[in-house]
Amino acid sequence: MTVTTSGGLPDRLHDVIVVGAGVVGTAVARELARHSLRVALVDAGDDVGNGTSKANTAILHTGFDAVPGTLESRLVREGRHRLAAYAEQSGIPVEPVGALLVAWDREQLATLPALAAKAARNGYHATRLLDAAELARREPHLGPGALGALEVPDEWIICPWTTTLAYVTQAVRVGVDLHLNCRVQSVTAGTHHELSTSRGLLRTRYLVNAAGLHADELDRRLGRQDFTVTPRRGQLIVYDKLARPLVGHILLPVPTALGKGVLVAPTVYGNVILGPTAEDLDDKRATGSSAEGLETLRAKGGRILPALIDEEVTAVYAGLRAATGQDDYRIRAHPRLRYVTVGGIRSTGLTASMAIADYVTGLLGDAGLHLGPTRDLDPVHMPNIGEARPRPYQRADLIAADPAYGTIVCHCERVTRGEIRDALTSTVPPGSLDGLRRRTRARGGRCQGFYCGPAVRALFEDGHR
Amino acid sequence: MSRTDRAVDVLVVGAGPAGLAAAAHLAAAGAGRVEVLEREQEPGGVPRHSHHRGFGPRHRPTTGPRYARRLAAMALAAGAAVRTGVTATGWAGPRTLDTTGPHGLERLTATAVVLATGARERPRSARLVPGTRPAGVLTTGELQQAVHVHGQPVGSRAVVVAAAGADAVARAAVDMLRTAGAHIVALVTEAIRGPLRSPSHRFPVLTGSTVVELTGHGRLTGVRVRGDDGRGTLLDCDTVVFTGDWIPEHELARSGGIALDPGTRGPAVDTTLRTALPGVFAVGNLLHGGEPAVRAAAEGRGVTGPVLAHLAGTDPWPGGGVPLRVAPPLLWVAPSRVRPDGPPPLQERFTLRTAERLPAPVLVVHQDGRILDRQRLPHTALPGRPLHLRARWTAAADPDGGPVHISVMSDSRQSAVGGPPILAV
Ligand SMILES: Cc1cc2nc3c(=O)[nH]c(=O)nc-3n(C[C@H](O)[C@H](O)[C@H](O)COP(=O)(O)OP(=O)(O)OC[C@H]3O[C@@H](n4cnc5c(N)ncnc54)[C@H](O)[C@@H]3O)c2cc1C
Ligand SMILES: Cc1cc2nc3c(=O)[nH]c(=O)nc-3n(C[C@H](O)[C@H](O)[C@H](O)COP(=O)(O)OP(=O)(O)OC[C@H]3O[C@@H](n4cnc5c(N)ncnc54)[C@H](O)[C@@H]3O)c2cc1C
Repeated sequence: MTVTTSGGLPDRLHDVIVVGAGVVGTAVARELARHSLRVALVDAGDDVGNGTSKANTAILHTGFDAVPGTLESRLVREGRHRLAAYAEQSGIPVEPVGALLVAWDREQLATLPALAAKAARNGYHATRLLDAAELARREPHLGPGALGALEVPDEWIICPWTTTLAYVTQAVRVGVDLHLNCRVQSVTAGTHHELSTSRGLLRTRYLVNAAGLHADELDRRLGRQDFTVTPRRGQLIVYDKLARPLVGHILLPVPTALGKGVLVAPTVYGNVILGPTAEDLDDKRATGSSAEGLETLRAKGGRILPALIDEEVTAVYAGLRAATGQDDYRIRAHPRLRYVTVGGIRSTGLTASMAIADYVTGLLGDAGLHLGPTRDLDPVHMPNIGEARPRPYQRADLIAADPAYGTIVCHCERVTRGEIRDALTSTVPPGSLDGLRRRTRARGGRCQGFYCGPAVRALFEDGHR
Repeated sequence: MSRTDRAVDVLVVGAGPAGLAAAAHLAAAGAGRVEVLEREQEPGGVPRHSHHRGFGPRHRPTTGPRYARRLAAMALAAGAAVRTGVTATGWAGPRTLDTTGPHGLERLTATAVVLATGARERPRSARLVPGTRPAGVLTTGELQQAVHVHGQPVGSRAVVVAAAGADAVARAAVDMLRTAGAHIVALVTEAIRGPLRSPSHRFPVLTGSTVVELTGHGRLTGVRVRGDDGRGTLLDCDTVVFTGDWIPEHELARSGGIALDPGTRGPAVDTTLRTALPGVFAVGNLLHGGEPAVRAAAEGRGVTGPVLAHLAGTDPWPGGGVPLRVAPPLLWVAPSRVRPDGPPPLQERFTLRTAERLPAPVLVVHQDGRILDRQRLPHTALPGRPLHLRARWTAAADPDGGPVHISVMSDSRQSAVGGPPILAV
C-alpha cells in the first residue's frame, strides 16, 4: 500500500495515471484497481476530496430533473443505483429522506406535472403530486404559501467525504499508488506521457484528466481546447442539529432557467443545510462566502422554513461547480493521445461517480488499454460518522472492548478518542485537521473548537510524530 | 446496546463553578447521593484553563485553575461524587439521563436533576463572518486551552474581535496572545468606546468597526474591517480571536423539552431556578451566558434550598408562573419567570443586560398596562455589565395576567450612537 505526501516519486512506467483525487478521480482509480494494471492517482492537495468534492449539498440524486438524453442523465441514473448499493455495503452514511419540490405560487404549481413527465423521460417513474394539506402534514414547519409539491422519494442524502475515502481506500489497498501534494505542471507526449509534477517526474502510458475545475488547463497541456471551466460558486449555511426536527425531506424549489435554486435539506450528520447560491466567477480559488450570499440564503431560507433562521449557525462553506457552458458532462476520449478527459462534472458528480468511472474505464479500453480480467475488490467497512446508525459513543460493545470509544473528545459531534486514533492510522490518513474533521467530524460542530479544538490538534500532532 | 441502570438522589450535569458549588452545598446539606457528571477529564469548567487572576472574591482574586481546584475539593470533601470523562448524552425519561464514559453506557435516574452545562462563545461561523475558512481563527476558550493546557503556538500577528461588553474577556485574550509571543495588530469592536485599558494594555483599538471578511487559504492572511464611516481596512494578521458573544450550552436542556427564554437562550427558570420540567433545575452560565464565575457559583449554592424542598416532597412543582419580557435596548432578564406568591430570586434581585450604554437609567416594570415598579439605578448601565432590578414588586404581579414587561428610560440614549471611530494607540 503506497500513499506518499512528500519526497521523490517512483521511476516506473505506469499503465494509467489519474490526475485529480476528487470523488471522480478516486472512483476511476478504484474501478481501474479491479484490473491488473499499474495505476497511480495524483492530487495537488494534501488530501483526497479536497476540491469541489468536499463542499457540495451531499444529495444522492435520481436525475429526475436532468436534460433527457444526455450522458449526464444516464450516468446519474446508473451512478445512483451503484452508489446506493455500494454505500450500504461499505458503511457510507446515507438516509432515504426523499425530496419535495415545493410550489410557492400558482405558476409553479402548474409546472409540477411537466416536471413529473420530464422525470419519466429520465427513466424515473416514482414521482407523486402532493396537495397543500398533505404537504403541510409532511412538513409542518414550512412557511406560509406552499401550495403543493412533487414528491421524489428516491432523492437521498449521503456523506460525500466517506464516499471519496471509501473509493480511495479500496484502490490503495489493492496497489494503486496515491501521491498527494503532487501538482501536475506539464505533460510531454511521446511513446508514453511524461508528467512533470511539483514532486518530480511520473511516466505513464495512459492518462486520465479528472482535475475538476482545472480540467481545461490540463487539457491545454495536451493541446486540447475543447472547453473552458467557469467556476460557479455555491455558498451554503449549516444549521445546528437542534434544527433537524424542523425538516423531514430535502425541500427543493421549482427549478428556473437560472438553475436548481436554493434548497433546505437535512444532512447525514444530523444538521440542516441551506443553499447553494449560484454565482459565476472567474477565480478558481474563490471558495469564500460573501455577506450578500449569506443574506440571500437567509432571506430565502426564512421563506421556506421560518423557524430555521432563529437557529444557531454551525458552519458556512462554499463549493465551486465546474461549469463549461454546456448542459452535459464533457467526457471525451482522445485515443491517439491515449488520454481521457473527464470534464464539466458540474453539479451531480458525487451521485454519478461510479458510473463515470465505469464509462471512463470503457473509454480507456476502447483507446487500446488492455484491461484484462476483472477481480472483485475486498469490501471496505468505513467508520460510521452518520446519525442513522449507532455511533461508537453509543455502543456498549465497542466501549467494553476498547474504552477509547467511550472517551468523547469532541463534545458537539461526540467524536471519541478511538475514532480519532483510527483515522490517524487508516489506509489514507488525514494530512490536516480539516482532513481529520472529514474523517471523524471532530471540530466540525457548533463550538468550532471552543471546547475541544486544542485537544483534537494535540491528538493530530501526536499521531504525526 | 446494554446500559447499566442506576439511581441517585441528585444528578448535577457539569462540574464548572455552578455545578460544583451546587454539589458541594447539596452534599453538605444531606441531600443523599449527589453525583456530578463532567465530560472533560478534569473538573472545573472554563476556569480550569483561565490562568489570569480574575476569579473568586474581588478582594482576594485567584487564578482560574486554583479557583476550580478549590471548588472541586469542596464538592468532594462534602461527599459528592464527581465523575469526569462522562458525558450526559440525552434523556431517557423526565429525570433520567443516558451517559457515555470509558467504563461504558449508563442510564441514571435522579429525584432532582441540576443542569449546569455552562456557556460558550459563538465562533466565527455562528457570527456569520464571511470569507475563507483558514486556520488561525479562534475563540478565547480555544486560545486559553491552546496556550495554557497544550502549549501550542498561536501565530505571530493577532487581531482580537471583542463583542460589545466582552471587555474583560478581550483583555484576557490580549494577555494570552502576548504570553504566547504574538504581536497585537488591533482590537476591533463594534462598540463606540473601546475597552478600558491599563498602561500594560497598549495596542490599537478600532471602535465602531465590524469584521466583514477573513482572507487566506490554508492560513489566515488578513481581517477586513469596516468602520462606521463605511471605510474598509485590511489588517495583516495570521490569527484572529473572536471573544464574548455568549450562547448558553443549552442543547441538553432543549433536547429534554425544556423551554428556553427568548432573551438569554438558556432555560427559562423561576426565582428558585426551576425549569418547566418537574424535578429539573438549571444554574450558572447555562442560564445567561457570560457572567462571572462567582455569580455562577452563587446560583449553584442558591439552588440548594429549592432542591432540598423538592427532595423532601414538601413543595409541589409549581405550574407556569408569569414570564418576564424585556424591551430593547435591554437584551435579557434572569430569572425570567415569577410567581407572585413565590420567594424572591437570589439576593432579592433580577439581573439584566443592555445592548447600549444608558446614563441614569430608570427601569420600569409593567404588566397589562399597569406599572408595578419604577427603579432608578445608581450607575450608568454598560453593555456587558449586569444591571440589577430589585424584586420588591413581585407580589404585586397578577398571577393570571399577561407577561411582565421591563423597559428602560434613560437621559441620553442618543449619546450611545453615532460618532467617528476612535483610533487610540
Ligand atoms: C455547491 C455544490 C453543490 C453540489 N451538490 C451536489 C449534490 O448534491 N450531489 C451531487 O451528486 N453532486 C453535487 N455537486 C457536484 C459534485 O460536488 C461535483 O460534481 C464533484 O465533486 C466533482 O468531482 P471532481 O472529482 O470532478 O472534482 P474535484 O473534487 O474538484 O477534484 C478535482 C481534483 O483535482 C485536483 N487537481 C486539479 N488540478 C490538478 C493538477 N494540475 N495536478 C494535480 N491535481 C490537480 C484538485 O486538487 C482536486 O482535488 C455539487 C457541487 C457544488 C459546487
Ligand atoms: C475566556 C474567558 C475568561 C473568563 N474570565 C473570567 C474571570 O476573569 N473571572 C470570572 O469570574 N469569570 C470569568 N469567565 C467566566 C467564567 O468562566 C464563568 O462564569 C464560569 O465558568 C461559569 O460557570 P458554569 O459552571 O456555569 O459553566 P462552565 O464553567 O462552562 O462549566 C460547565 C461544565 O459543564 C460541562 N458539561 C457541559 N455539558 C455537559 C454534558 N452534557 N455532560 C457532562 N458535562 C457537561 C462542561 O464540560 C463544563 O465543564 C471567563 C470566561 C471565559 C470564556
